[in-house]
Amino acid sequence: LVLGHRLSEWCGRAPMLEEELALANIALDLIGQARLLYAQAGPDEDALAYLRDDRAYRNLLLVEQPNGDFAHSIARLFLYAAFADPWWRAMTRSSDPGLAAIAGKAEKETAYHLRHAGDWLVRLGDGTAESHARAQAAVDALWPYTGEMFAVDAAEQAMIDAAIGADLAALRPGWEATVARVLAEATLARPADGWMQRGGRSGAHSEHLGPMLAVMQHLPRSHPGAKW
Amino acid sequence: MVSDLRARAWEAAAAVPDPELPVLTIAELGVLRDVRVEGAGVEVLITPTYSGCPAMAMIALDVQAALDRAGIVPARVRMVLSPAWTSDWLGAAAREKLAAAGIAPPGGAVACPRCGSGETELLSAFGSTACKAIRRCRACREPFDAFKCH
Repeated sequence: LVLGHRLSEWCGRAPMLEEELALANIALDLIGQARLLYAQAGPDEDALAYLRDDRAYRNLLLVEQPNGDFAHSIARLFLYAAFADPWWRAMTRSSDPGLAAIAGKAEKETAYHLRHAGDWLVRLGDGTAESHARAQAAVDALWPYTGEMFAVDAAEQAMIDAAIGADLAALRPGWEATVARVLAEATLARPADGWMQRGGRSGAHSEHLGPMLAVMQHLPRSHPGAKW
Repeated sequence: MVSDLRARAWEAAAAVPDPELPVLTIAELGVLRDVRVEGAGVEVLITPTYSGCPAMAMIALDVQAALDRAGIVPARVRMVLSPAWTSDWLGAAAREKLAAAGIAPPGGAVACPRCGSGETELLSAFGSTACKAIRRCRACREPFDAFKCH
């Protein structure tokens, strides 16, 4: 939901018409996936989306980072999709039939997202000196948020043990390989692994999520029960 | 009687056009999955093409209205996710209707729906709806919608 909203912020501002449609399409896929997950989690998807404060959100810090320039948005989508695509594929084997069914749809969609973001990252990285510098700056800035994707807390471990969740450690080599391949083709350097930011999964977010939610939740917060 | 009710309900639901691709019915698109008889009424199962397909609520309403017009009450519409929708469910008739509407059907070598040339190229994998890409014909130079393999 959070990444879907971030991408929807590009509506009306994308660098060209085709990209306008692409980012909106991807945003729609992600918001659709979130809605299906919320429907699994409880009876009121709107309450989960619109009435939770930032501390109750459990999203990765990576996806709440601001759009920045186009290179930042593409790098963020690529780093996430390189994880989400194989993660959803693994989730098709979840012992929870509801999650497995959602994964069956989502894995087809994320394959498109990964290809799209990867193609753009190559074009930007292997483009002009300006686009290369911006793409490298984006990858460098977002790299400290990638470690959280593979961090396993107690809840995550319980899900893995019950075969409900995917084994994150098993997904890491695939993510590393995808990232290495695309960065090499984009003539971009893989940043060194240093301090990795964490906290999103326990509700300790960066300063960027609150303002984003304020915009996203404004209407239902100001007009409780409104239908639109 | 039960099978008659199911057949009438299927016929009514199957005739509902897709809101975003009105040349196809929801049955031709593969969105209509099943009709089950429940007492005097029916339950209709539909599946989304894409997770975020914004047409699902509209389709559910249209199906409800179609059954209402056919005098089939009570009727419920339920969304199912599994098996995941695939463009392989489009039959030959549906593919011909798409091509006639200027939308290249999914799969194989994509031919230009206007001039028929097989020399076409992808402009963007994301088109005017989630299920379509934008391509261009190298022969007549016209851009066109192509239904995505999914």
